Amino acid sequence: MDTELASPGMWARAQRASVEQLHIRLESLVVLVLLSTAMAILSPFFLSLSNFLNILLATSTIGVLAIAATYVIGSGGLDLSLGSVMGLSGVAGAYVAVNLELPSPVALAACVVAGGIAGFINGVLITRALVPAFIVTLGMLGLARGLALVISDGRVIYGLPPLMVYVGQGRPLGIPMPAIILVITAVIAHCVLAYTRFGRHTLAVGDSESAARAAGIRVEHHRRILYTLSGALAGLAGMLFMARVNSGDPTAGTNYELTAITAAIIGGTNLFGGRASILGTMIGALIMGVLQNGLNLLAVQSFYQQMAIGAVLILAVFIDQYQLRKESRV
Amino acid sequence: MTLLVLSGIRKSFGAVDVLHGVDLTVEAGEVVGLVGDNGAGKSTLMKTITGIYRADTGSITFEGNDILQLDPGQRRRLGIEMIYQDLSLAKQQDVSANIFLGREPTRKVLGFLPGIVDKAEMDRQAAKMIERLGAHLPSINRAVGSFSGGQQQTVAIARALTFNPKLVIMDEPTAALAVREVQSVLDLIRRLKSEGIAVILISHRLNDVLSVTDRIVVLRHGRAAANLQTAKTNMNEVVSRIVGGGDQSAAAAHEARG
Repeated sequence: MDTELASPGMWARAQRASVEQLHIRLESLVVLVLLSTAMAILSPFFLSLSNFLNILLATSTIGVLAIAATYVIGSGGLDLSLGSVMGLSGVAGAYVAVNLELPSPVALAACVVAGGIAGFINGVLITRALVPAFIVTLGMLGLARGLALVISDGRVIYGLPPLMVYVGQGRPLGIPMPAIILVITAVIAHCVLAYTRFGRHTLAVGDSESAARAAGIRVEHHRRILYTLSGALAGLAGMLFMARVNSGDPTAGTNYELTAITAAIIGGTNLFGGRASILGTMIGALIMGVLQNGLNLLAVQSFYQQMAIGAVLILAVFIDQYQLRKESRV
Repeated sequence: MTLLVLSGIRKSFGAVDVLHGVDLTVEAGEVVGLVGDNGAGKSTLMKTITGIYRADTGSITFEGNDILQLDPGQRRRLGIEMIYQDLSLAKQQDVSANIFLGREPTRKVLGFLPGIVDKAEMDRQAAKMIERLGAHLPSINRAVGSFSGGQQQTVAIARALTFNPKLVIMDEPTAALAVREVQSVLDLIRRLKSEGIAVILISHRLNDVLSVTDRIVVLRHGRAAANLQTAKTNMNEVVSRIVGGGDQSAAAAHEARG
């Protein structure tokens, strides 16, 4: 009755298994391998331990942001303020540590709290004031960036205490701290998304809001939590970046939402919600990391990197939509 | 004791009054047909029972308890289920995810980590329920969006029956089905009745309604216009109550032909 089942090729079977069991796209893994191979051939510096750690380091910030994007987009929402909230959070943390001279743990927590507050405001405006997520988070993109510039008076805040710097530059057992924090965050995020009611309800809300409502899920309440979580994760990313560059830079994270959303989409998150996987998103984040790293090694101007990321985003959504059209039997 | 009592239910959306004080009762194990023209307020009335809509005024009691203030999740837990006309399925999720949506069983991991969804148990119970309904699905682990209309409805029905409901509301359950599938839905309604489960059936197919219900309530312009014992009524009377007005005989004749 259906040709797909009648002669399942190896690829089709593997594809289905990877989608059903691990919720990732096999293509994304292939792209990652091909991309890495190409970079290894093109640049003699690509295949080295130190460069691998560089990639991990660069991926950690984007990876944390991409986790936030995965949850929000998986729930049928959108958060365009990720990069700006990340910048605001870094400035907030640096301000608390340098200008207010509060202890490092307080300053680190301030990053996450600042991000969480911005996200909560997003969530309240979307679910209570009923302004579309696209507009609210676009507005927050401007608001958070502006506030970061106001707090820092438009200047980079230097002079972080050693403990904060360690979070960004420390290497226990030779592994960069940000990479460790990313892995821990990703493992928790994966378990929550795949194995808890919260995670399953997140995807159900994104899949069919009316079905979720009929099933008794408190959709608005759930969305508020998700946007708050998204902001807090952007805050965590801001903390990692601040600690890595040893300063609170009000322009940090500019355009990072573009990269984060791209990573999530490449990883198999349905742009319209209902399907998402953290494992896939991590592959997507690695692809973005390798792409940026490789282009750096090849001394490609950063202007072109922006173009490459934008093109990859459009391409990834195109492939996703193309496959959906192919799968639907209409 | 009467299972469900609605009295004086009013509901308006902005300037549009949909329900003008509806009274309705359902006894345990009773099959009540709810009929009425398009726009009579049938679906709106049902959604005030499930809690998707909050009635503006009026009271709703279920097993003697006031449920007006409860949200849809709380009302489901009391045993009120609804099978929606559009089925309200999460189409990218698999069968058990849909059946257990909002009520996923959880188990502790390592004795202290709480709230891990017990997917194996969900799949097991889902498969059992599908089998009990006598349905065949290609695979229980596939997204329900890839199923046919009848198969998707099986999932929606399974979702409504898995948690021992006391009242099942069906909104046009046979509208999109093939003839053979219609019969199985009607058989299902009879089986629910025999198990003591009350059913409210919304349908435009009056033959179905007449063959399976105990009582027929006609909704007209947002009011319960008639309350007919199915055994003591006929197609003509039901149709004339639905359309009201003068051209009853023509409508009845048309319905009898159809």
